[in-house]
Amino acid sequence: MTTDWRFLWLLTGLLTMVVLLFFLSLAVGQVWIDPRLFIDTMGDVDAAEAIILSEIRLPRAILALAIGAILGLSGAVLQGFLRNPLAEPGLLGISATASLGAVVAISAGLTALHPYALPLSALSGALIAVLLLQLLVGRSGDILTIILAGVALGSFASALTSLALNLSSNPFAALEIVFWMLGSLADRSMVHVELAVPLIGLGGFLLLFTGRALDALSLGSDVASSLGVSVNRTRNLAIAGTAIGVGAATAVSGAIGFVGLIVPHLLRPLVGHKPSRLLIASTLGGASFLLAADILVRIIMPMRDLKLGVVTAILGAPFFLWLLVTLRRRAT
Amino acid sequence: MTALTCRNVGVRIGNNQILEDVSFDIEHGALIGVIGPNGAGKSTLMRAMAGIIAYDGKVIWDGARVEDMTANERAQTFAYMPQERTVHWSLRCLDVVLLGRLPFSPRMFGVSVNDVEHARAAMARMNVLAFENRSFDTLSGGEKARVLIARMLAQDPRVFIADEPINGLDPAHQISLMEDFQALARSGRLVFVSLHDLTLAGRWCDRLLLLDKGRLRSNGTRALLLESRVIGEVYRIETVPITLDGTLTVVPASRTERLNDRHEIREISK
Repeated sequence: MTTDWRFLWLLTGLLTMVVLLFFLSLAVGQVWIDPRLFIDTMGDVDAAEAIILSEIRLPRAILALAIGAILGLSGAVLQGFLRNPLAEPGLLGISATASLGAVVAISAGLTALHPYALPLSALSGALIAVLLLQLLVGRSGDILTIILAGVALGSFASALTSLALNLSSNPFAALEIVFWMLGSLADRSMVHVELAVPLIGLGGFLLLFTGRALDALSLGSDVASSLGVSVNRTRNLAIAGTAIGVGAATAVSGAIGFVGLIVPHLLRPLVGHKPSRLLIASTLGGASFLLAADILVRIIMPMRDLKLGVVTAILGAPFFLWLLVTLRRRAT
Repeated sequence: MTALTCRNVGVRIGNNQILEDVSFDIEHGALIGVIGPNGAGKSTLMRAMAGIIAYDGKVIWDGARVEDMTANERAQTFAYMPQERTVHWSLRCLDVVLLGRLPFSPRMFGVSVNDVEHARAAMARMNVLAFENRSFDTLSGGEKARVLIARMLAQDPRVFIADEPINGLDPAHQISLMEDFQALARSGRLVFVSLHDLTLAGRWCDRLLLLDKGRLRSNGTRALLLESRVIGEVYRIETVPITLDGTLTVVPASRTERLNDRHEIREISK
């Protein structure tokens, strides 16, 4: 079978998985709702199932799909751009600054004023991060400069978040901050969908334009330039796309780790290690991963508010062990 | 007829003038050896010509200023191969060679049948078609070099620029690569190769550009290697001239601070 066919089969498989998991996500919860009733009940707005579906489960499933997709996509783009398999969206400090924005909103009590206050504040944090990142990196396309700038920004934002927790006079606010930072999709509504999804779409759109350049960058930035690729343009697309997309995702879900790291890693061998092919595969893979994790959250402890970020971290940590074992086996 | 002209090309990085006032004219179909000691500016000159770094002065190809070309036009004219034979992911060799088709492909995803044919033809020419589905990681240094030259060939450029392509290869691969570069030049392309091996430079190159401390010290045929005073000043070595199959070249003999013009010329025949 040719590589093109294998790739098409992979995309078809991933897409099918996304669709199945999306409907499963609508069905699973404290009350099981048969997915086949989904179409019927949507017409009847008074039915209890319809309310559960449209106001609780649908926003949650849409957000899991969109957020998983952007995390997978931006992870694939950053790994390709930085030519580092351990790169992930958190490396640029975007998630940390978005979290800081959210923490400021919670600490200042803005969340009580307007439902948009928290996500908008988190989004502002992400956008300020992009400006700072561009300022810190300057015109240099140097990988180390970008990573250092991201780490500096992320560390500073985390430090300020800790400071806010430290100085918080209200224990409820502190608890809200901690819970928010764990990352969750519970109790999200269409308001969150309307706010985040267009920006996630915009970020994803920008990131998808990097495919050809990422392929060329496999040969290093000098050869990529000699092939007519603008490394600066690719860097700007990667940073802006990640900031807008992941910033918007973090603004509504809190920080969800590991998706952007693991998904591109797992799928890379299946797409022949080609960075451009990894983009769409990781988008679908990320969506599947987060939909599945969000379903697990509801199945494992249906009565407790198990946080999605905790589950992705528990699923993600063994991945490093697997990576370690693989590397050691290859070395011997 | 002049194919490529460099006029007053200079490169400044920070406060350091890495390359200064380099000017030369080259005719079509020549294999040009760029020689000079470490830090002479060989890689910088090659990266400037390939459009990778900014420079002062101008480069003219076939009467047109290279700086006025679009990035794609430039990539269709100049192909560049760096010193390091690195591919960052475990790509199969055909995918590596296909990257040479990027300047011709308007597609956002995927490659055309025509591009694949071009890439396969380039691989066949470099004798690496058997590796098309093998991962680049698994190849030896010599095989990697040939696949990367095939990548340049797939780009179908007028000018090949290879920075120390024979570095780290055994003598058989070194000679075979120089033969390949010579064959490319004979097919009407312009081939720039930076070299540390003066014997190979004299043996294979039609012209030599000798750089020293960022300036073009000499520009001429292999006869410039016989200017022992110049070679001695630039490299701080003494060389011994030899002829191989009727071609005059030199062998580095000893390190020297004093110049010695008296060399014994020995005939070596196979």
